[in-house]
Amino acid sequence: MAIRIAGVSKRFGEFQALHDVSLDVTDGELTALLGPSGSGKSTLLRIIAGLEVPDAGEIWLNERDVTTIPPQQRGVGFVFQHYAPFKHMTVFDNVAFGLTIRKRPKDEIQRKVRDLLKLVQIDQFADRYPAQLSGGQRQRMALARALAVEPEVLLLDEPFGALDARVRKELRAWLRRLHDETHVTTVFVTHDQEEAMDVADRIVVMDHGRIEQVGPPRELYERPANEFVMSFIGPVNRLGQTWVRPHDIDILLEPTDNATEAMIDRVVYLGFEVRVELTRTDGSQVSVQVPRGEAEQLELKAGQIVYARASRERVFEAASSVGPAAPAA
Amino acid sequence: MTAASSAAASGAQAVATNGRQARVARLTVRGIVLVYLGLLLVLPVAMVFVRAFEGGIGPVLQAISRPAFQSAFMLTVTITAITVPVCTFFGVITALAIARRRFPGRSILNSLVDLPFALSPVVIGLSLFLVYGSNSPIGEFLANNGITVIFALPGMVLATIFVCLPFVIREVVPVLREIGTDQEEAAYTLGAGSIRTFMRVTLPAIRWGILYGVILTVARSLGEFGAVAIVSGKISGKTITLTTHVQERYEAFDIVGAYTASIVLATMALLVLFGMQLYQSGRLSRKGSSEEEPQGLLLGPVPAAGTNSQGGA
Amino acid sequence: MSARPLRRPGAIGSYDGRGLLGPGLAALYLGLIVMIPIAVLFWQSLGQGLDSFIAAVTSPQALGALKLTFAASFIVLIINAVMGTLVAWVLVRDEFPGKRIIEALIDLPFALPTIVTGLTLLALYGPRSPFGINIAYQQVSILIALLFVTLPFMVRSVQPVLLELDRDMEEAAASLGASPFTVIRRVVLPNLAPAILTGGALGFARCMGEFGSVVLISGNIPLKTEVSSVYIKGLIEGDQPDAAAAVSIVLLVVSLVLLTVFDIVRRRISRHSEAT
Repeated sequence: MAIRIAGVSKRFGEFQALHDVSLDVTDGELTALLGPSGSGKSTLLRIIAGLEVPDAGEIWLNERDVTTIPPQQRGVGFVFQHYAPFKHMTVFDNVAFGLTIRKRPKDEIQRKVRDLLKLVQIDQFADRYPAQLSGGQRQRMALARALAVEPEVLLLDEPFGALDARVRKELRAWLRRLHDETHVTTVFVTHDQEEAMDVADRIVVMDHGRIEQVGPPRELYERPANEFVMSFIGPVNRLGQTWVRPHDIDILLEPTDNATEAMIDRVVYLGFEVRVELTRTDGSQVSVQVPRGEAEQLELKAGQIVYARASRERVFEAASSVGPAAPAA
Repeated sequence: MTAASSAAASGAQAVATNGRQARVARLTVRGIVLVYLGLLLVLPVAMVFVRAFEGGIGPVLQAISRPAFQSAFMLTVTITAITVPVCTFFGVITALAIARRRFPGRSILNSLVDLPFALSPVVIGLSLFLVYGSNSPIGEFLANNGITVIFALPGMVLATIFVCLPFVIREVVPVLREIGTDQEEAAYTLGAGSIRTFMRVTLPAIRWGILYGVILTVARSLGEFGAVAIVSGKISGKTITLTTHVQERYEAFDIVGAYTASIVLATMALLVLFGMQLYQSGRLSRKGSSEEEPQGLLLGPVPAAGTNSQGGA
Repeated sequence: MSARPLRRPGAIGSYDGRGLLGPGLAALYLGLIVMIPIAVLFWQSLGQGLDSFIAAVTSPQALGALKLTFAASFIVLIINAVMGTLVAWVLVRDEFPGKRIIEALIDLPFALPTIVTGLTLLALYGPRSPFGINIAYQQVSILIALLFVTLPFMVRSVQPVLLELDRDMEEAAASLGASPFTVIRRVVLPNLAPAILTGGALGFARCMGEFGSVVLISGNIPLKTEVSSVYIKGLIEGDQPDAAAAVSIVLLVVSLVLLTVFDIVRRRISRHSEAT
């Protein structure tokens, strides 16, 4: 087991950031900690790194109890949300920092830093300062810096949060490839479900300092443990007591059993799919996703009266209060 | 009245409603400001140089060559040479404690730092006089052990440290807050210990703040008068600094002597000013490459907010 | 910013805010240099009992000095609020040859020793004034000296705010039909007000305690041109340390109370301007 978190709790003043959290991460796995802000995911990551000390519980890294070990001796690589570049050092010196601390021979540092800069594709910027790099380049420099010390565990705090949408997508794919090459056990924090689904082998969904569900992306999507997970992973409609994914609703032109009458507010073309926004007779709003061909065949138009029928729906036992459905992707 | 209404009119420039009217208004405000600064700042300072050299360079050189002047000069330099390292070293430690540590009494410490700004230098001198003077138990104890503080160098150094104490701290704390803890934490996760992290990550990030604090400390140490005058006793040739020398010469009707010492001090002040300008333009160019917040010259240092809690402290 | 439990296994002088070596040194430094002397000052002011404290601070000469100091500080505050803001305005919004020199000169009063300031003003506005203006030993000379030493406080406080002030806001107001005067009054000044108060408070505190720049030019005539700090110095030299401490305490408390009031007003104004 690369990381073992056992019964960890953490409180900041009045705010209980983590309630008795336990989690195991296996070797070589790429795990996402997913949750809304304030869910405790970043705190958990910082506790793994040793940047915060838990009030209770234990942290084990590779069968070693590190709960009382300072971050310097944990053998973790940490990539900060805003990358925390050493502004007064060149890209090369940033990446070399951990190696010089460890007093490695000069030529070894040279070779290793060059290799890493090539790996993250910023070797031509070695002599620049962080301020002269773009956000994506700074991000990759931070990654190279963390990887330089050959950490047993790589931790990334919202690694793509500060980047624009296009760069973010590129870096996502790139991080996945990098992981497949290096196989370093990696945990990253994100609030973006699409990002988590896209990159991670396994997702840990957190809310209010607790773990709601752990599993591979597909399992979370198809078998959410509760309404929070369902609404957080992917778009969802709430119809009374039931929860339905937009693509699990059929649009019919004629009334049938189990179908409710609704008026089309808007038809949005998203490429292959079409999103149809409906208002039902009870005033509730429903978002439906249908393939483009089907939408064209049905000749859907705003103002039209149609009938919506859920083909697959979920009912959760304890219908506690849950935030609004995540917006459709 | 005219000033206020001209200020109003100059708003027209920003708004760009009426070009001609705006131009007149702008020139009026500029004129008022230049005359004000000219009469208040430029002319008086120029005047000292004029007065000092009225009788040619001879009397000035003569005044400089006098032992009284030279000992005063050396004393001022000595005090500065002791004060600056002390204020810098402890200033950085205090700034780190205020910006990075959590401990009981931190807010009291923080407001104590601003106290010297709210105190008259005379009051500062008096308080030291009361602690270390011959009438106090501490002063008596020290005197019995052969240490004189008041009317001697230690007292003058203490007074100067007291008045200079806020500068480095108030320059460094905002910089520490601004850079945040990310870079330091990154260094920790890369294996650097506390001391190495400070030397390699924190210190390079705050060095300009420290430098600016040091410039202000130098200026104040060279020029401190009130506090030092109280504790020095003005013993001729022994505890007379350059600033007290100015007053002493003036009161002895040695006008050239007073003005000579003044221009020496003024020249040092201008050098300091030059250093401040270099720093400012350096900061501007550095600003281009990072997201530093702009801040005022002496203003980051003394938020009235800090003084707020002093009443209770 | 939240309080963390004081339990830190391992590291001393650690990164997460719990080492006590630094705070200990800092407390020692501030305690020795600042706190003990001020505590002794309080102690000494009451050394001869409350009656002599009151007698010391209510003597006509003490009251005269305190009143003069307070009044002069207040007048200087008002003049600075107007002139300091204007200077800042010109430095930010105007362009002319030599502006950089003016910009640099603003800090001169910070750098120039106060006694030199005093001598300087005496050279220009004293008995041998080249303009024939002799204000030495008159109350107005105190004002000139205080205006000189406090100039940078106001300018350097207002300047950055003015620099940051969004011109869009002024243009928006103008596009809504506001006259230039209205733009200044309704848009610019409310945004500058907190900075003006900050600069004013700093300058005010300085004026209350100013000594070096005033001592030569004011002539120190009791009940006329003798400010508090000069009066205190006289008491020290007259071997009346208790009375000197008493007047010092009054001066100190008055400045701290006023600074607190300034700060409360400033906070209220900032809150208001943030809300609008």
